[in-house]
Amino acid sequence: MADGGKAGRGPAKNEKQPLVRFEAVTKRFGSVVAVEALSLDIGHVEFFALLGPSGCGKTTLLRMLAGFETPTEGRILLDGEDIVSVQPHRRPVNMMFQSYALFPHLTVEGNIGFGLRQESVARAEIADRVAEMLALVRLQGFEARRIDQLSGGQRQRVALARSLIKRPRVLLLDEPLAALDKKLRGETQFELMELQRKLGTTFVIVTHDQEEAMIVADRIAVMDRGRLMQVASPAEIYERPNSRWVAGFIGEATMMEGRLGADGNIECALGRLRTGGTGRARPGDTVWLALRPEKIGMASDRPKGDFNAVSGTVSEIGYRGDTSIYKILLSDRSVMQVALTNASARGGTPFSLNDLVWLSWPPEAGVVLTE
Amino acid sequence: MQESLQKRNWSGRAVLLLPYLWLVVFFLAPFVIVFKISLSQTAMAQPPYLPVFDLSTGWAGLREFAAQLSPDSFRLLFTDLIYLLSYLKSLQVAAISTIILLLIGYPFAYGIARAPRGWQPLLVMAVVLPFWTSFLIRVYAWINILQRDGLLNDVLMRLHIVDAPVSWLSSDTAIYIGMIYSYLPFMVLPLYAALEKMDETLLEAAADLGCPRWKTFWLVVVPLSLPGAAAGALLCFIPIVGEFVIPDLLGSSETLMIGQTLWNEFFANRDWPVASAIAVTLLVLLLVPMLFYERLQQRSLEGGR
Repeated sequence: MADGGKAGRGPAKNEKQPLVRFEAVTKRFGSVVAVEALSLDIGHVEFFALLGPSGCGKTTLLRMLAGFETPTEGRILLDGEDIVSVQPHRRPVNMMFQSYALFPHLTVEGNIGFGLRQESVARAEIADRVAEMLALVRLQGFEARRIDQLSGGQRQRVALARSLIKRPRVLLLDEPLAALDKKLRGETQFELMELQRKLGTTFVIVTHDQEEAMIVADRIAVMDRGRLMQVASPAEIYERPNSRWVAGFIGEATMMEGRLGADGNIECALGRLRTGGTGRARPGDTVWLALRPEKIGMASDRPKGDFNAVSGTVSEIGYRGDTSIYKILLSDRSVMQVALTNASARGGTPFSLNDLVWLSWPPEAGVVLTE
Repeated sequence: MQESLQKRNWSGRAVLLLPYLWLVVFFLAPFVIVFKISLSQTAMAQPPYLPVFDLSTGWAGLREFAAQLSPDSFRLLFTDLIYLLSYLKSLQVAAISTIILLLIGYPFAYGIARAPRGWQPLLVMAVVLPFWTSFLIRVYAWINILQRDGLLNDVLMRLHIVDAPVSWLSSDTAIYIGMIYSYLPFMVLPLYAALEKMDETLLEAAADLGCPRWKTFWLVVVPLSLPGAAAGALLCFIPIVGEFVIPDLLGSSETLMIGQTLWNEFFANRDWPVASAIAVTLLVLLLVPMLFYERLQQRSLEGGR
């Protein structure tokens, strides 16, 4: 921990061990399995994202860490100590709720200071720390406001300040930006990152927004149906997904099915495609080549050089301003998605519907997946 | 476009007018009549008071009518102790009943609001169920329960809690039992409404910030249910002050509540002016808590925009 005891309520006992550890945690609601035998480590001073579609168990995981749910099986360790039986109000973690859960009968100051008033902290110190928090979230002068006099963005900041004032070991953020409009969300993402660096606290964010998770987090755990699909840095998850599911969930990808040959190339309906590496796949396996749209080049003529190249016709064009999305119908009736930057200031797109085009990509641009 | 907007404006105003019209016809007009009677004198006549309002006598008749009005009945209310005692008794019974109702009603409402969603309509139904039987019959049933050889004494003696039958009836205890039994739904329902719409994540947020459960109840639940408690208290307090049936059937004849005194003046003494004066004074008295509630609501409305 960068600034020692200041950022945490208790001193970090051992930098070597993870701050939070889930050990084979299972949570069942009746017959529904929300989280299944999940093990996960979260490190010190890490911005960690739990990402997945709704119902994947990410919120349940967060709520178990906060203490609102008890695991059916398994242990949850904080600084090496099992906290499963510790009541929520005694855990050194704080949560920012998706609905903010601000107390409507209290002022901004009353809300932010609520946590400190539960401990025997002197009044003057509470006032000081509330002021400090208000400065941190840039809401100076809002002390006496009522919650219903605040905009959505201001409420979000009050909720954030309230959850930070006790200097938690871990700050839990449950879809903290979901209620904000897109522009404000974008700005707030960067503010959250700055805040996390400044405070040196571990942040665990739950989100269903892939882009948001990739922007803010140091590491992402991608979840589906109660299980971890992949835990890695954003770049690794995007560039080296470990399954078709992850490749499809994070960003766009075209998947081509084929058989891995002995020479490391893939034989598929489009012919032989060269690869940059085959990972765990062995010759003879059925594999999929996952290709990101922006990794593919498009031209009217067949490109020369060390490229995989296929031809097709433009079947759809989606103009997005900065980029355009092209759907190319290939010879095997499959569709490949290509994204091109609209670098020309003239506007419009360099290709039109039904144009005959050549698509090409270097061998290492694709990822070979076995599952 | 302009025209339809105007039309809508008119119909909007008509909708606003309707409740006011209702109040004028069924509240203000009767009140003016009662107030007029309260300023009259008793008479052996039909109707039993003087002067009688007669439009056919014209302007002079009207002036003569006004000259005959006097606040004598009101003067009597403040000089004869029986009225003052009746008012005080009513206020005392209403205040104590309301406090007990709050204490009993709150756990009821809280329990229903915290029950599984699917159960709640059934539980609310159970609270309202007594209304399916006539109020009068239910109060009569209490006579049966509370009388000397009634159910309550029977049970208490069988359980050896008392050796001899206790006389419950014709006492303040019986009045309180009747009041609390009859008005409990009026306390539970608004409290339930306030507790039910409370966001449960607020409780989690309080726990998350280090607040134990019992403290969360006082710091979060109670303040947020205050409007419901105020509405319930008012819904009980006001009718209990004027309650007639319960004290008449269950209470003693020694100290009367104001409703009974009013009834006596009206039916036994046929003193309509005094009865009217009692009614007018009672109304003014009850205006105080009502205005207080109004202000409370105004404040929460202004806040809740």
